[in-house]
Amino acid sequence: MTDATADRSQKAPRVSPKGGSRGALVGWAFIAPGLIFYGVFVLVPICISVYYSLLRWDGIGKSTWKGLSNYIEVLSDSELLQVLGNAFQLVVYFTVIPVAIGLGVASAIRNHLSGKFGTVARTVLFIPQVIPLVAAGIAWSWMLASNGVVNQFFNLIGLGGITRGWLGDFDFALPAVGVIGAWVLLGLCTMLLVTGIARIDPSLYEAAELDGASAWDEFRWITLPGLRQEIGVCVTVTVIAALASFDIVYIATGGGPGVNTTVPGLEIYRLAFAHRQVGLASALAVVLMVLVILVVIPIQWLTRERK
Amino acid sequence: MTDTAIRQSAARPGLLTGGSLPPLGTIGARTIIIALMIVTLMPFVTMFSAALAPSGTYPPGLQWPANPQWQNFVDAFNSAHMDRLLLSSTIIAACVVPVSVLIGTMAGFGVAKLAPRGSKYIYLLFVLGLTLPFEGIITPLYYEVRAMGFLNTKFAIILPLIGLYMPFSVYWMRAHFVNVPDEMSEAAEIDGASAWQQFWLVQVPIARPAILSLAILQFLWTWNQFLLPIVLVEVPLERTMAGALGAFQGQWGTNIPLLCAGSLIILAPTVLLFIIFQKQFVAALLQGAVKG
Repeated sequence: MTDATADRSQKAPRVSPKGGSRGALVGWAFIAPGLIFYGVFVLVPICISVYYSLLRWDGIGKSTWKGLSNYIEVLSDSELLQVLGNAFQLVVYFTVIPVAIGLGVASAIRNHLSGKFGTVARTVLFIPQVIPLVAAGIAWSWMLASNGVVNQFFNLIGLGGITRGWLGDFDFALPAVGVIGAWVLLGLCTMLLVTGIARIDPSLYEAAELDGASAWDEFRWITLPGLRQEIGVCVTVTVIAALASFDIVYIATGGGPGVNTTVPGLEIYRLAFAHRQVGLASALAVVLMVLVILVVIPIQWLTRERK
Repeated sequence: MTDTAIRQSAARPGLLTGGSLPPLGTIGARTIIIALMIVTLMPFVTMFSAALAPSGTYPPGLQWPANPQWQNFVDAFNSAHMDRLLLSSTIIAACVVPVSVLIGTMAGFGVAKLAPRGSKYIYLLFVLGLTLPFEGIITPLYYEVRAMGFLNTKFAIILPLIGLYMPFSVYWMRAHFVNVPDEMSEAAEIDGASAWQQFWLVQVPIARPAILSLAILQFLWTWNQFLLPIVLVEVPLERTMAGALGAFQGQWGTNIPLLCAGSLIILAPTVLLFIIFQKQFVAALLQGAVKG
């Protein structure tokens, strides 16, 4: 990174003045097509979102100016607050489970994922990353159905008493959705952490063992610091997946029962296209976009490489 | 330092096969991984067993059916018009990926190597979009695409996706180009090559691995895209396969065997591609996560 910046500052004076303003023009010509697509289909919609969020509009008729009252509604209406809360509860499942299991597996296997077995394991663990989330939702709706394989398993181990239709249960629907997300993200996190731990200098572990360090000490003082960056990546990716979830919830529960599994993405979709409350939907959308950035920035800051 | 570590562990195969180091040893480690693999594969296995049960019944979660109904796959294929969906998905991906990769690579090159004054801020603007949830802009996108007259056509999916992929494309390709030594382009400059020739004949060939990874990721994202199709395209047959699966669930939600057979068909293409090109896919997904 530092090298690259140095390279560029060396180069910049050499190229730009030569071409003069034409050189700059060529540079912008390379950037322009991408910037135009980004501007038209991302930046402009973001601005329109902010504008809509200040209106009361049913999407068809005339709109009226509402100022910030949509935002007040998003942040005070108990149902919308629950929807935002659901997203944060999903973080627990989408992030904590895959990262914890991934860390456990990585420290347990360290260098073992090589050869044919490693290839097969990598391929299998990555499959949830290549299938549509919708398919994962359908598969798990079936697994978690009242006569699905999850209940079959509980019956088998003598826990028949707790079986139920998990996704329709008021208490268990949200955790059940969380489990689906954890399944999707588990392989990715595990592979990232396993790849990361293999890069830690093995002599650090050897030295620690010579000093009689416990397994916990090794984990705390070698593995965790060594995997700082990878953990940061896992947490960032999974937190965004939780806060911005849509596909899985849409398919598995449709947000129910009640609004127990409704997440902001689904509520935006519903408000805008079913309830025709474009203004309120847009306010929620802006809140969601800001929330994601507010959550991701500290994660990045905490886990970036310390030099 | 990381490089040395990798080389060290590669040079000492003893580390890979046990010894005093690993806390659990090979067998324990493999047991954990195998358990994870079973958990990962279970949804597919139970879908498969359900897909073979007689159509319209409500089979138990996991049971090899006495009389496997392979016909269900044929029925699901026909009733969901999978052939047309495959074609539609392929057309959408074939339009999105090349355009998006090309203009993303150009912009990445522009920002990293040509670096016209002010492009630093434009780059920051792109990076800001990296965490954007698509739901955040889906509402205005609907009205924008409608105003452009693209609603309910494939363009309603294709054009916005190209825009939405730009932050990652530019970020990814800039990260590559920034690490290419300047001598390359200087040599070309001395030969009197134009910026385009330099880009196309010198830089793009070197960037091939980065470009391939980018293309793989964007293919997957496009193929599996769900939100844009269900909002912007009303006719399921003009959607991506993932988008159509939503409609398929609505239609067949109560017929578990057919729904499972249809889902398996819909997820088959990417899984097959993944297994064939697993090395490239795994590399792309791992790097993609790290850089994204």
